[in-house]
Amino acid sequence: MKKGNLWRLLFLVSTLALVLTGCGDPELSALDPKGTGADMQLDLIMLSLYIMLGVMAVVIVIFTYVLIRYRQRPGDNHIPKQVEGNTKLEIIWTVIPIILLIILAVPTVYQTFVLAEDAAETTEDPVEIKVTAHQYWWEVEYPEYEIVTAQDIYIPAGERVHIELTSVDVIHSFWVPALGGKMDANPGLVNEMWLEAKQPGTYKGKCAELCGASHAKMDFKVVALERDQFEKWVADMKEPAPEPTTVSAQEGKQLFENNCMACHATDAGQKSLGPNLNGIADRKTIAGFMDNDKENLEKWITDPAARDVKPGSSGPKGMPAFHDKLTEEEISKVAEYLQTLTIE
Amino acid sequence: MSTHVSHAHKKKNILWDYLTTVDHKKIAILYLFAGTLFLLIGGIEAILMRLQLMVPENDLFVGTTFNQLLTMHGTTMIFFAAMPLVFALMNAAIPLQIGARDVAFPFLNSLGFWLFFFGATLTNISWFTSGGAPEIGWTAYAPLALPEYTGTGSDYYVLGLQLSGAGTLIGGINFLVTIINMRAPGMTFMRMPLFTWTSFVISALILFAFPPLTVGLFLMMFDRLFGANFFDVTMGGNVIIWEHLFWIFGHPEVYILILPAFGVFSEVIPTFSKKRLFGYHSMVFATTLIAFLSFMVWVHHMFTVGLGPVANSIFAVATTAIAVPTGIKVFNWLFTMWGGRIQFTTANMWALGFIPSFVMGGVTGVMLALPPADFQFHDSYFVVAHFHYVILGGVVFGLFAGLYYWWPKMFGTLLNEKLGKLHFWLMFIGFHMAFLPQHWLGLMGMPRRVYTYLEGQQLDTWNYVSTIGALIMGVATIVFAINIVMTFVKGEKAPADPWDGRTLEWSIPSPPPEYNFKQTPLVKGIDAFWIEKMQGNKEMTPAEPLGDIHMPSPSILPFIMSLGFFIASFGFIYHVLPVIIIGMGIGLGSMLARSLKDDLGYHIHTDELQEKGV
Repeated sequence: MKKGNLWRLLFLVSTLALVLTGCGDPELSALDPKGTGADMQLDLIMLSLYIMLGVMAVVIVIFTYVLIRYRQRPGDNHIPKQVEGNTKLEIIWTVIPIILLIILAVPTVYQTFVLAEDAAETTEDPVEIKVTAHQYWWEVEYPEYEIVTAQDIYIPAGERVHIELTSVDVIHSFWVPALGGKMDANPGLVNEMWLEAKQPGTYKGKCAELCGASHAKMDFKVVALERDQFEKWVADMKEPAPEPTTVSAQEGKQLFENNCMACHATDAGQKSLGPNLNGIADRKTIAGFMDNDKENLEKWITDPAARDVKPGSSGPKGMPAFHDKLTEEEISKVAEYLQTLTIE
Repeated sequence: MSTHVSHAHKKKNILWDYLTTVDHKKIAILYLFAGTLFLLIGGIEAILMRLQLMVPENDLFVGTTFNQLLTMHGTTMIFFAAMPLVFALMNAAIPLQIGARDVAFPFLNSLGFWLFFFGATLTNISWFTSGGAPEIGWTAYAPLALPEYTGTGSDYYVLGLQLSGAGTLIGGINFLVTIINMRAPGMTFMRMPLFTWTSFVISALILFAFPPLTVGLFLMMFDRLFGANFFDVTMGGNVIIWEHLFWIFGHPEVYILILPAFGVFSEVIPTFSKKRLFGYHSMVFATTLIAFLSFMVWVHHMFTVGLGPVANSIFAVATTAIAVPTGIKVFNWLFTMWGGRIQFTTANMWALGFIPSFVMGGVTGVMLALPPADFQFHDSYFVVAHFHYVILGGVVFGLFAGLYYWWPKMFGTLLNEKLGKLHFWLMFIGFHMAFLPQHWLGLMGMPRRVYTYLEGQQLDTWNYVSTIGALIMGVATIVFAINIVMTFVKGEKAPADPWDGRTLEWSIPSPPPEYNFKQTPLVKGIDAFWIEKMQGNKEMTPAEPLGDIHMPSPSILPFIMSLGFFIASFGFIYHVLPVIIIGMGIGLGSMLARSLKDDLGYHIHTDELQEKGV
């Protein structure tokens, strides 16, 4: 009877766990892995979860039994036998956990080393990506292709890419749950990791270390493409953007050169203080979290640190608000120009 | 009314009495009320955060304001609520449990409290200053906590913790000496009640764990106030050093909080099962083993820092090893109840509710200890869920169990059991509702310490549920407050031994006289009072003839000394030299006064003791 209960409980809880596995945003959830790293990690999570549910079940069964069986009944005033202990039982509940932990330790140590491997272990000549965290955006550099971009990290699907992480200000942490676990971006230090998406797709990334006022909005994307698509993207990125055709966009370009070029480059290979804006019209989002449209671009330029935009992002190294430097009309023209910066 | 001229008999006003007291029982009450005050403040901060996160893209507290809330919530709950409440129970129970008349250093006991209190007050005052509260998380990682990124709030954090940390260190040393030196005749180490044992072990942990924090805070203070460059990478500093120092302290700190709770359960469960603790020796062994291991696992807070697979693997295995002694404890509690006669008093309800809750927090702890899995869990809501299961489901449940258990001994009245059970059930339900969903929120991609989340990421439902749970806990706390107020107004008077207890504190009146034991008791074994009761005695066998009792004099110096350092802190924060000089002058002057003035205490004479008839 007791044993039957235990199995029923185990079954119930593990079904619940399986139902949960299906939960979450498929571009974001670690429970719905799309990368080799995240796959391995979920396997280990599930293995440990099952062992732990087993432990839980044992405790709960004994607990429930004891509470029902040995509760004080009305009128009962007997003095129970004072038991000192039981060596045999105590050895059992010392040894069994040790065995369970050894079972868990083997895949853990193995995976720890696999995840710390060089990307070149499985992928010949992996794509090198340098990711630099800033308050509150991500700079992305492909040294071999001489491409600098921001916020959207393009990678070829089905192979490991090599990522070098650092930060220019405070500690950030690079996390793409659906593809793999996180790694900190530390100022003054460089961390290395590999990432692999099994299939093409867009995956959501987050900053996972408290980094200031807009930590919550320091989102980014990883875009995995088939190898040939990825190579096309590299080639397109290096093409100069087409000249704007409308008058207002041309005026916008002039305004951009006078007001924004000090911090924002638009050439593929150039680093700048702020994000490189080459191909900004094709980015998945504005500032990592808003839909990429003209209205949001204007909102961003007008006051990036507004309460509903990214508080704290107009600091000394941040983007100033332009509502007192440019008129609404001028901001609209700059936005229109930025929308022509496409690589398609 | 007695005509004897002695300090204790002068009629004094109650405020002055508490400001100058060196009596461990009154200091326990001070710790209890200060701790509860900060528990309420931290709780309100938690509820405000949950309201902001109730729906996606909410606009209630955004950016820095939210970061201040999360920082002050964590800092307040760990340092200014849980720590003092642990000290409240230790002060209330330990001298009584070991048959002592007070702690070893009553003056230091008072100093420890006032340093903590002024430190906690200092940090909380930051809310009302122009620089605002700290916004750096309770972990205060550099370089975010450096002046380049944050303002005076971080100074309040550093100095407030430095001050209260000194108080904690003093308290820890005091209890170590007390437990080593002041046990009643016959109480060998292996006859000590488990709560005394765990408190003894955590006092040792405090002795070794707080200095690394002090060092870290000093480095941070020098970086912030005097432009040193310990954490500034552009000047050859290193940001990871802070993380190491913080967690070398921070991990043992978790055990400093949870082990006393384990001690409480090891008192409450046997008392209300009417059975001695199962496996006493293995309980003691497990406690010390947990304490040793707690210094060897800090890197599991830093798996994602990039220390490499070798370091990560070693610390992973060391961390999972802690599950073994913890498991031993859980099974010992279960088998203490096995064959017993379990009474469902409020104190025991908290202990029983603790078992499943804490086991859940424990098993997620093992899961977090696996580096590859931790790469997903780390700094996500999974971690938030885990440590709330451990700290709320473990430490706070333990504190409530202890409070309902020892309240009659502390105040001489009984808390209302009906309201107590309502308090428990609301808290238990609210707690699981608030934190269980956070496990999967984390795995679904929600990082911790975010002030908002976007719509359409399937995070909405569970965040909403979690907030409802937090609100239920808020209601539970109101019930608790009503219970306390009602008990003060017209609480039922408590007998000396309301629970049919097993240990020495139940052999003396509730509340005990200022000198605790008229005659030091003779201890004949584990559960000394229970042994006497089983032999048909109503009182302990005395170990000494009735004689004069030497008592320490009250003193205002601990208060003034702490006030001095408190004043000096403002001088440091705002760089005002005269304020620093005045504050330090008061503090150091009080130390000098204490050193130069002879204070031999006073005696309560035999005829007075007989007159009182206790």
